[in-house]
Amino acid sequence: MASAAIPAKPTNYLTNGFTIKSWLLTTDHKRIAILYLISITLFFFLGGFFAMLIRLELLTPQGDLLHADTYNKVFTMHGMIMVFFFLVPVVPAVLGNFLVPLMIGAKDLAFPRINLLSWYLYVGGGLLFLHCMLNGGVDTGWTFYTPFSTLTNTNFIEAGLAIFLAGFSSIFTGLNFIVTIHRMRAPGLTWSRLPLFIWAHYATSLVMILGTPVIAITIVLVAVERLFHLGIFDPKLGGDPLLFQHLFWFYSHPAVYIMILPSMGIMSELITAFSHKRIFGYKFVALSSIAIAVFGFLVWAHHMFVTGMSLYAAMVFSFLSFLVGVPSAIKVFNWTATLYRGSITYATPMLYAFGFIGLFTIGGLTGLFLATLGIDVHVTDTYFVVAHFHYIMVGGQVMGFLGGMHFWWPKISGRMYPEGWAKLSALLVFVGFNLTFFPQFILGYMGMPRRYWQYPPEFQVLNVLSTAGASILAVGYLLPMVYFAWSLRYGPIAEANPWNAAGLEWKTASPPPTFNFDETPVVTWEAYNYDEIEPKELEAPVER
Amino acid sequence: MSKFLPLWPDRASTIAGQVDALYIYLVLVSAVMTLLIFVAVAVLAIKYRRRPGVLPHPIEGSPILEIGWSVIPFGVMLTFFIWGAVIYFKERTPPTSSTEVYVVAKQWMWKIEHMEGQREINELHVPVGQNVKLVMTSQDVIHSFFIPAFRLKQDVVPGRYNTLWFKATSPGVYHLFCAEYCGTSHSGMIGNVVVMSPQDYSQWMSGGPSVPLPEAGKQLFNSLGCATCHRFDVQGRGPNLQGAFGKPVLLEDGRTVVADDNYVRESILNPTAKIVAGFKPVMPTFQGLVTDEQLNALVAYVKSLAQQPAGGAQNQAAASTAGQPQTKQVQ
Amino acid sequence: MEQQKNTASLGMWLFLVTEIMFFGGLFCAYLIYRLMYFPAFGAASQTLDIKLGAFNTAVLLISSVTVVLSVRAAQDGNRKQLVTYLVLTVLLGLTFLGVKAIEYKEKFETHHVPGPTFHFDKPFDDNGKEIPVDPQHAQLFFSLYFAMTGMHALHMIIGCGLFTVLTVLAWKGHYTPGYYTPIENAGLYWHLVDIIWIYLFPLLYLISRHS
Repeated sequence: MASAAIPAKPTNYLTNGFTIKSWLLTTDHKRIAILYLISITLFFFLGGFFAMLIRLELLTPQGDLLHADTYNKVFTMHGMIMVFFFLVPVVPAVLGNFLVPLMIGAKDLAFPRINLLSWYLYVGGGLLFLHCMLNGGVDTGWTFYTPFSTLTNTNFIEAGLAIFLAGFSSIFTGLNFIVTIHRMRAPGLTWSRLPLFIWAHYATSLVMILGTPVIAITIVLVAVERLFHLGIFDPKLGGDPLLFQHLFWFYSHPAVYIMILPSMGIMSELITAFSHKRIFGYKFVALSSIAIAVFGFLVWAHHMFVTGMSLYAAMVFSFLSFLVGVPSAIKVFNWTATLYRGSITYATPMLYAFGFIGLFTIGGLTGLFLATLGIDVHVTDTYFVVAHFHYIMVGGQVMGFLGGMHFWWPKISGRMYPEGWAKLSALLVFVGFNLTFFPQFILGYMGMPRRYWQYPPEFQVLNVLSTAGASILAVGYLLPMVYFAWSLRYGPIAEANPWNAAGLEWKTASPPPTFNFDETPVVTWEAYNYDEIEPKELEAPVER
Repeated sequence: MSKFLPLWPDRASTIAGQVDALYIYLVLVSAVMTLLIFVAVAVLAIKYRRRPGVLPHPIEGSPILEIGWSVIPFGVMLTFFIWGAVIYFKERTPPTSSTEVYVVAKQWMWKIEHMEGQREINELHVPVGQNVKLVMTSQDVIHSFFIPAFRLKQDVVPGRYNTLWFKATSPGVYHLFCAEYCGTSHSGMIGNVVVMSPQDYSQWMSGGPSVPLPEAGKQLFNSLGCATCHRFDVQGRGPNLQGAFGKPVLLEDGRTVVADDNYVRESILNPTAKIVAGFKPVMPTFQGLVTDEQLNALVAYVKSLAQQPAGGAQNQAAASTAGQPQTKQVQ
Repeated sequence: MEQQKNTASLGMWLFLVTEIMFFGGLFCAYLIYRLMYFPAFGAASQTLDIKLGAFNTAVLLISSVTVVLSVRAAQDGNRKQLVTYLVLTVLLGLTFLGVKAIEYKEKFETHHVPGPTFHFDKPFDDNGKEIPVDPQHAQLFFSLYFAMTGMHALHMIIGCGLFTVLTVLAWKGHYTPGYYTPIENAGLYWHLVDIIWIYLFPLLYLISRHS
């Protein structure tokens, strides 16, 4: 255990080597997680900068801030960065990489060097994307539908190659997790004793390795068509534009489950820790993750209901899309039920968890609107869809990630973050988020289409509200950057288990030594064995 | 609806009210569900806040509850599904007696052609209370024809026809938007749908010179040489197109397809794809030789041949199937 | 060690699954267009040299046998045999690539490479009449042909490289009956690339051979 008073501090993974080489050539999953944290955060703020440009432009009905072509590039970059360079990797590559070996009592992942390779692929893809941006960017939208993407004179191939590399980063991470979880669990750690964070990452990894190759080949085909004028997707050359959409969505729909399952895993950890009791319905929550991953592969064409596809196929996809909503609902109910007769505290991670439950519920319910054929015809391709997916991805995944970062920050850094500032940021994020995106549901039903640079004046009021919310949200995101950095130097030193939480990661020092555990743990208890752990005293005495 | 903050657009089609009803139902169910969760979380979080000396009570779970809160929500979802599917079915099945209007989308405008020959750009005039079916294609990339007041949209895809039908219920001017990102002026590809009373509409129709679309198609049919093979008097190298439109066609490979807009369009651009039984694959392709508007005219012409009564022995051939050289009955 | 071996195996199997998904997209596109443009695809397919294709299939099948034999040699600790079979595998792989190069050259000379130099002569049927085939669709066949066989060849090149490295290491005595995991896993990779060809060959070369 690290303590400021002891003169000879034992080394932990952070102090085990201070050279740049020891970081850039590390195979320690914890250091790789930090490398990812830094690079992903940079991309998040880049994507956020583009979001700010979008919201500023949309303050007025006219296109008066940017040229139309620039605006099109801005929303394309925003989408590509946020999807491929932020949302897909953030939880698995940061928290997953850090915690999966710790949670299962292992020294590292199954393939540490492939883990490092994954990071370099991510960075390579990221640099290529930056280069593409500096060379004029891409204007296809993140969904790069054909034939627009085969015809545009912007540099799609470079962006596509960047996404291809990031995709392989994703595949190798998923491969690593699956093998690790299968083969490297500590003695006694059976599948039914695994933390739900592990189950969630296992399910996510299944989707990563099965789905990502399909978008890889889709990008190759678009590139080949652009380079050699082969008619695969362009009807003028004999191709079929809808084939592209099927291939694209076959990955991109499961991808959205990559972008939510990990945070659902975080949720199970936070709710149990801060109610200080085991999860309600462990088996159901674990199997729901797998069900979401599997069913997620069967619903892709619900993005294509107005393309002129077969009426009967549309009905099948609509039905399946409702089915895939059931496991998510089960999770929400189980988390809520876990609160019952718990002993609840309101530290920042728990506030983010509450926020997640609320916002994910709204996002998930609005997904049902889109699965409903008669409504989808009206609201697809409008701001209704934009609002829906931001509720899930930002209100869900990002809130979960922030909650997880706060929860595991003492373990990762050995310091506590300032609770007051953290609670304020959580509140700003929640308020800012809702103000940004709720008006967009209304805008969508009113008929404002997506990707519009200018719009009829009657849509202005709601757009102004949305931009106002975005400015509050931005502050909520910037504050943690400041206080997390501050805490590295001035934050109180953290104990091994500052939350009195269950889980193997809390049984080792904060920060952990390079090889995680002094001795391999032997597990004889069920997951979330909170009945065997004392709840922490309240931080301040209760006033009576 | 409050003009300051409206929650939905005007309703101007027969389906709009149904879509809104379904929407309001979903909003209510969602609001109830959301409220339930918010309240449950708030109540539980406060009631079970940590108090010194009070320990949490471990609960494994309850399979009955799990099944309950899976099956019941799924049941409710099924009502969403069925109602939504019914509306969608209506939206995707145009009534047989519809006035057709051709739409060609291009970056960045809507080109509209009425059967009587009137052309419009970015405006679509339609009569109130009549079924209108749009037959749409794109000249370049994918666009989407979106009329919020009708609660309808359909993607407009290059290389094929997509259709969208509606029956307007209220005269007025309504937004027309492009709803599939298509480049620089995607947000400029907007216009109006002008719904007029029948008198105003016929007045509008009669103003302006125009060649009816089928007539334009007939001129092309002759000038492009189609008539040399597709004859109406004796059996030519190609099937007799009299009365062929809308009927089932037996193909060389044994399949049977319906001779609809897409079939006729495909047969002009890719003749070897679906060859009629009993005919040789000798028709040349017109890909790149005809514009989308010309294709529309040709399709309209072939369609018009279905309505004309033909005299004499040709009638037998026309009545049985499209273009069989012998008068065989088709299955 | 057992755990490490199993772990590495599992990792390789998972990677192979991703490869299947990757090629799956290509196969999917090919199948759809083959259905849509059957006459053109048939005519284009007939310009491929079925003898060379069949020869290559045999070459790959034999190479899979040499791979299996090399794993066996490693298990038995027979270094000479191991090196022999590894070398044979590489040679067979290079033979495959050589034949492929010959085929590509022929396609280049007959202007069947998609792009500005593409030119497809309309084929004739049994009566000597010209079959109208849209050259655009024939070009599509060839683009998928080059994409699929090109991607496959790339994987073959990687495989040959892998096996060359293994040969050198095996010759140096790196592998024992207690440790030959890389041989096994590389073998799995080679088998997958072989299986992909087993599907490619009939799909590309044999579709319209009955006439």
